[in-house]
Parts: sequence; structure tokens; C-alpha cells
Amino acid sequence: MYYDQARYGQNGEYEPLLSEKDSTTVEVGGAASSAGGDENAADGDGSPLPDHLTRDSLTLPELSEPELARHYTRLSQMNWGVESGPYPLGSCTMKYNPKFTEDAAGDPNAAVHPDRSEQSVQGTLEVLHGLQEYLGRVGGMDAVSLQPPAGAAGEFAGILVAKAYHETRGDDRTEVIIPSSAHGTNFASAAMAGYDVVELPSDEDGRVDLEALRAAVSDDTAALMLTNPNTVGLFERDIVEIAEIVHDAGGLLYYDGANLNALLGRARPGDMGFDIMHYNVHKTFATPHGGGGPGAGPVGVVEELAEFLPSPRVRETETDSLTEPGYELFEPERSIGKVHGFQGNWLVLIKAYAYIARLGDEGLADASAKAVLNANYLGSRIDYEIPYAPFHHEFAATAGEQDAADVAKRMLDYGVHPPTTKWPEFVPEAMLTEPTEIENRETLDDLAAAFNAAASEDDETLATAPNRTTARRIDQASAARDPRLSWHALESDGE
Amino acid sequence: MTRERGRGSPFAPHTAAETAAMLDAVGVDDEEALFDIPDEVAFDGEFGIEPRGEAEIRAELARTFAKNDDLTEFLGRGHYAHYVPSLVDHLSLRSEFLTSYTQYQPEITQGFLQALFEYQSLLVELTGLPVANCSMYDAATALAEAARLAGRVRATTGARVLVPEPAFLRAGKRGVLDNYVDGTDLSVETYPMDDGNVDVEALSELVDDDAVMVYAENPTVRGTIEERIDEVAELAHEHDALFCLGSDVVALSLLREPASVGTDVVVGEAGVLGLPTSYGMGLGIFATREEFLRQVPGRLVGASEERVAPGAERNGDGSAAEASGRRVYTLTLQTREQHIRKERATSNICTNQAWVALRTAMHAMYLGPSGLVELAEDCVRRAADLAGRIDDIVGYQAPVHDRHHFREFAVRCDQPAAAIAEDLEGKGFAVHVVDEHLLQVCVTDANAAHADALVAAFEEVA
Ligand SMILES: Cc1ncc(COP(=O)(O)O)c(C=O)c1O
Repeated sequence: MYYDQARYGQNGEYEPLLSEKDSTTVEVGGAASSAGGDENAADGDGSPLPDHLTRDSLTLPELSEPELARHYTRLSQMNWGVESGPYPLGSCTMKYNPKFTEDAAGDPNAAVHPDRSEQSVQGTLEVLHGLQEYLGRVGGMDAVSLQPPAGAAGEFAGILVAKAYHETRGDDRTEVIIPSSAHGTNFASAAMAGYDVVELPSDEDGRVDLEALRAAVSDDTAALMLTNPNTVGLFERDIVEIAEIVHDAGGLLYYDGANLNALLGRARPGDMGFDIMHYNVHKTFATPHGGGGPGAGPVGVVEELAEFLPSPRVRETETDSLTEPGYELFEPERSIGKVHGFQGNWLVLIKAYAYIARLGDEGLADASAKAVLNANYLGSRIDYEIPYAPFHHEFAATAGEQDAADVAKRMLDYGVHPPTTKWPEFVPEAMLTEPTEIENRETLDDLAAAFNAAASEDDETLATAPNRTTARRIDQASAARDPRLSWHALESDGE
Repeated sequence: MTRERGRGSPFAPHTAAETAAMLDAVGVDDEEALFDIPDEVAFDGEFGIEPRGEAEIRAELARTFAKNDDLTEFLGRGHYAHYVPSLVDHLSLRSEFLTSYTQYQPEITQGFLQALFEYQSLLVELTGLPVANCSMYDAATALAEAARLAGRVRATTGARVLVPEPAFLRAGKRGVLDNYVDGTDLSVETYPMDDGNVDVEALSELVDDDAVMVYAENPTVRGTIEERIDEVAELAHEHDALFCLGSDVVALSLLREPASVGTDVVVGEAGVLGLPTSYGMGLGIFATREEFLRQVPGRLVGASEERVAPGAERNGDGSAAEASGRRVYTLTLQTREQHIRKERATSNICTNQAWVALRTAMHAMYLGPSGLVELAEDCVRRAADLAGRIDDIVGYQAPVHDRHHFREFAVRCDQPAAAIAEDLEGKGFAVHVVDEHLLQVCVTDANAAHADALVAAFEEVA
């Protein structure tokens, strides 16, 4: 029943490329003359550059295509993806990535350079504009920039928008308030923008503590960063009041879009009083996570802040009624400028557009309905306690007396990917679980069985897990104590 | 069993019966009962997004993309096209790679970790520096992170970051840098260039103990190859500033090894291998010295061993229960990162460009050392050849700078550059306009077959 990863790769070590047996050293350079070697350049014999401009040699694997194909196939077999089995990693929204979106992004006509003239890339601008529109509607935001290449980059852009807004008003604010249960990127993004971070504790229900918030806001408050539903899946029921408290203090409300999959079609950050938000398109809109990226983190704002968005954005050109609309790039009036060298992760944005178009209103609403149903169904089947409810698309179970990280390792033996562990910190031994809408009941039952098997096992069993995986428990301390970050380091270690 | 689904998500597998049974198990009548959303913020409107079928959307997008003019691009300036071998698509698209995420559970993600370890190793080989992370978003954010690193490790009280004058640093890159240092005490200043190379004399006037980092590119955004890179590095070091070099993985295969001139941080673009032309999407390089290891932004993969709990009986198959001694991989030194260090993290980066790094490694391994060097040498030869041919046409001088070039070069034109570019576009070619009478042309294996036609077009519009 359980998917057994042990059938992959258990028969021993798999050498990295560029072990000595594979590698070849090529001499580089070697042209006789110094500058003016251009004469040689055209006829192609020898190096086209004088020696003092080139490296001496290059040592890399020299493998044939069939050898490489086997190498990477083998590596892929030692890797777990959404298509391998359930992947309920909390806060990460590991959805199925529809195949056709990949094909759509591979359209050769979409492979254009960012410096093309606007009139020659009308198709690209139209899709970008279409996605700006879609995202604006889904989030209840008036204007969207697609430039940030990931959620954290969206946060950084959004906080810079807040900063520019305050500065434009001659208002010098120094603090960003963030709930202690927020994602690490929130803190880091605010700090990168130069703000002091004020941590907000959760109340007993796991939500924003209104009294603590009132005490925290001041003339120094630039923004409050919040996700809703929050990290344990609870809707911040006091959101209107929260918005009031922050706005009354002159601050802005920032929405971390990582949890948007809970709300599609039922609530929009813009309607809740949020002024700025980012979308995690690799979560909510099903673009592949790619082993850690690329994603995209578009940033949306209310009308009043549109003039600060990153540059360029796309808009329709004025046309008469007879011609098709055209599109152009423009720089918002007081733009914060750039957060990516060009215009972000274009290929990812195409996939997001295709996904949203495929689902439409009903599909998006249904995705949230099923994501929330799945989390609640799974939650109802597991033996671990879930201290905070009612949760939506994800829940934080507690491993209680057990070590959540050990439980996760043991779950690997049962052929599932475990939840996010030990976060948020206010839930002891947290196991943050987000099955998403893509799992059917049977798979959820398998997941519950994996949780429950671990729940009934002794510490010894958990501590020595996993046993059926490609690799057994990996020594983290050794990796950090003696960092070996390349094959060069392995070789100099005499390994 | 036939699956009856309404117009819900096609990617939610629930049948009506399943949904009913699950609702029953949870103890509610319908899904709406699970949403704890106060009425005052409930959204009952519609997005107005009509769902379409897969075929419909593909057709729609194909029609839309067909509105992009079919131009042959001779464009570069930071985003380059090299032919990507089929192997890269076929293998990188294997779903075990594509649909996985950050390797929080290394025991079941050894494959991706090893591929990233190999990517890091590639960068270590190319730069000569011992530490390379497994990706930044792009070259611009990598440069910006380098400046922030320089600020954190500075040996002086200085705060100036010196970068090339605007003509030699893309506005986008400069803009990202400005934003990333906005929240620090660092300030960005420029130094002049001298005919496509760093004006070392002018720079020496500008570098003093107030500088924390000097940034130069090789090749430059105009395609010129830097000839005095060692002197630039030396200047920086004389004043305890870091020397940061911007390059790309193809150029690094041929040009002077950064470590050999004392480079402290290498940034730049790795997506030149593995990524097709993609409207500026990239993969940022970040490599540095051992001493800055704990200040590195982003993810690092390291080798390790399997851990064995003492006395644990573990093997169902009868094999020995001791440590295998087997080499394994894991993300490491994570205390630098945002999920642990929060506002004191080295960077806010979380999701990065891992899958592009996988593709870059595949492409590089496909080429091998001789293939890489050959590709890089061709970048020099082709640029010299095409520049010479354009120079032969009355009304143009190329290359503008009296240097060796890599992939691209500037062209001075007697006529206004914008008008010429427009005429060339009418003939099916895209080139850069960089100044009133300055064009820029980039030639690689991806467009070289059209070089003759481009030369002919230049002749016609001269
Ligand atoms: C709640 C939350 N916020 C922000 C982020 C950061 O997004 P990204 O990884 O795309 O930078 C994440 C990502 O895991 C998240 O879970």
C-alpha cells in the first residue's frame, strides 16, 4: 500500500559527478600573442584570446549523453515530488502542477528577450496584463506588479512600497509589527528594508492579541504584516478591528499571501482592509516548486499605493474602438524601482495564468473548498491533538511528548512526505499539515495511518527512523561542523 | 467508477460521494460550514474569470503569443541565448525533480541535493572560490546580496559601494542594488570606464578606506573583456574593500579565473546555460571565500554521513547496523537563514531558482569541459567576426571599444540608432539601442546562422 522509496537507491552510495574517474582537465588559452590576437579569431585555430586574459585550465566531468541521462534519471529516482505521493508540507501548498501549463510556458513564441521593443512583444504584454488583472480580482487589489521572483521578494517589494508611501508623506516610521508565529521571511524582509521588527505574541486562541496590538502600534508603525488564515489555519476574525487599529496609528496592513489557498472566492485581502499583499503563485496557483524554486511573488496594492509599485508595469494603450487593444510598459509615478534585474520569473507567470484560466471562478472556489475539507478530514482522522481550531486549509498538530522531527522521519518509512515540523513555535512540537485539495480520501487515510502509526511508536523507533528511505537519518551536526560544499572539498578531505 | 465532477477544480479528485462521506466524517453538512469567515469580510462576488478547457487555453495562449513579432534577436546585455540541448528539458521535467520542494527531508530528496551539490561544485570549479550557494534569483539580486555581505563583514568604517558608470551597469541591476542597500548605511557610487575597461587610474582616486566593495564585470555589459581585472582587485584590497566580480558561467569557462586575481565574491548569471530566452528570468551566481561562509545568503548543500543511534537495531534485511560510511547530502549551515535567524538572517531569500540550477548543471555537464571552453571561445570569435563585417559597412564603426569582446559589442552609427533599430526590426531583426548613435549586437550559437542576413540588413538600412 505504502509507496516504498527503498526500492530506489538503497543499494549503496551513488558517486557524485566529478569523482576522479569522470573528470577531464582541459587546457585553456595558449594563443601565442598578446593583445591583437584577433587575427587568429576568425580562422578559429588556437585560442581567440591572449593568455593573460584566460584561465589556465578547466576540470569537469566529460560524460556522454547516455551516461548523463542515466545519472539524472537515477538522481530523480532518489527524489520525492508531488507526483511521488502525498506532500502535506504546511504553509507550502504542494498542489499538483498541471502538465499543460508547462507546455503553455514552452511556446517558442513566448521565448522573447526582455529588451525587445514593446510593439514587438504585444503577446507577452497581453499575458502579463491578463495576469495582473486576474490577481487583482482574486486578491481584491487595485494594482499588481508581477516582478518579484518569489514570496520573500514580494514581501520586500511590498515593504518598500510602504516605506515610500510614508516617506512621500514626510512621515518617518521605523517599525514593522509581525506576529511571532509568522514566517521567517516576514522578519527578514522587514529588516532588509531597514525596519526594526516588533514581535507580536499570539493570544490563547492562536490569533492576534488585540490588546498586544494596541500596545504595539504607535507613530513609529510603518506596517503590520499578517497572513490570514494565520499560520495555524485560523481565520483572524477580528481582522476589521485589526485593520482599524493599524490604520488609526497611520500604519499600513500587509498581507502575506502564502495562505490564500484557504480563501479563494470566499474572502479577499483587499476587502479585509489589507493595503498591500504578495501572492505566492507557486503555492496558490499551482506552478511547480522545482526543488526550491523558481516561484513568483507578485505584489498587489490598493489604488492609493499603485504609484509606488515596482517598475515597469503593463497597461492597455489608448485605442479607438475599432482596433484591438494594445499594451505598453510604464513606470509608476513614484515607483520604488526594481526588485529583479528584468521582469521576474516570466515562465512561472505564464503557468500561473494558465492555471487560473483553467479553474475560473468555480474552480478556484472549489479548490479552496476541497483544500479546507481535506485538512479537516485529515485532522479528524489523526490521533495527535490539534490545539487550535477551527482551522482552514492547514492545521498544526502537536506531537506532544514526542519529538516532531522524529515523527516526521518515521512517517517517511510509511511512504509519505511528513508535515512541516517545529513551526510555528508557540505550538509545542508542531506538525503543520496542509494536504491541499489534490488528495483523495484514500490518500488522506494513508496519511492518517502514517501519523497514527508513528503516534503509537516508542521514542527509540522514532529516533532511529527512517529505515526504508534512500538515505537513513542524516547527520546534520556533522554537515555543519565540517562543511563540505563541493566535490573539491571531498577530494581534499581524501574521501 | 465514473467520477462525476461539477465545474469545480479539475485537480481536486473528489467524487460527490467521497465529498459527502468526508463531510460526514468531519460532522458538517457542506464545505461552507468549515469556513470561519465573518460576514463583514465575506466575498460573495465573482472574479469574472470564465473557466476554460485545457485545449482552449493552449489555443488562446498560442494565439496571444503569436502576436509577438517573429524577430531574430541579436540581443544580450545580461540575458543571453545559447542552444539548450534536449536532454535538459527531458530530464529536468521529470516530475520527481519538477514537483518537489526545498529539501527539508533530505532522506527522501537525495537526488535533488546531489544535483545541487554538483551545481555548487561547478561554480567552485569555474570561480576558483571554495563556497558557492545553490542559487540567487538573478544576477542583479546576487550583486545586491554581495553588497550587503560586504557591509556585514567590513573591516573598516566605510560604507561606499563602487560600481561602474551607468553606461556600463544595467539600470535594472543598479536599481535592485539601490533597493537592497536602502535599509543599510551603504551608499552606491560610480567610477568611470575607459574605452570599455575600468579606468583604473580614476578608480584609484575614488577608492579609499571608505569603500567596502568595488564591483566590476567581466565581460562588461557592452561585451568588452576586462584587461586589468587584477589591478582592480588589488586596488580594492589595498583599502580593505571587497572585490566583487560579475560574470556568467560561459564566460567563466574561458576568462581569467576570479580566485586567481583575488576576487572575494563572484556574482552573475548562470541561467545562460540551461534556460532558454525567457524575458529576463535568471539564475544568480553567488560564490565567495571560505572566511565569509557564515555570511552567505541563500541555500547551501553539504555532504554528510548517515547518523546511527548507538545500539539501534535497524536493518530488516540483516545488513550491518553500523554507520554505512555512505556519503549523503543535506542543506546545511541553515542558521544563516530566515527560517531560523529571522530578522538577523543573512537574507530573506527562501524559494530560489533551484530547478534552474539543476538545468544549468545538466547543460554544463552535457557540454563537458571541452564543450564549455569551445562555446566560450566561439563567443569571442563570433563577436569579432560580426563586428568586423559590420565595421566594413559605410556608416558604422564596430566594435566601438578597442578591446576583445565576448558575445556582443557596441556599434556606432552615423544615423540615429533608434531609426536604424526600427528599420532593422522591419526586416525581422532585434538589436539594442544603447545611445543616440550607439547600437549593440549580440551573437551566439543561437543566432549565428542569421548573421549573414543581419549584415545584409545593416547594409540596406545604412
Ligand atoms: C507563510 C509564508 N510566507 C512567506 C513565504 C515566503 O515565500 P517564498 O518562499 O516564495 O519566498 C513562505 C514560504 O514558504 C510562507 O510559508
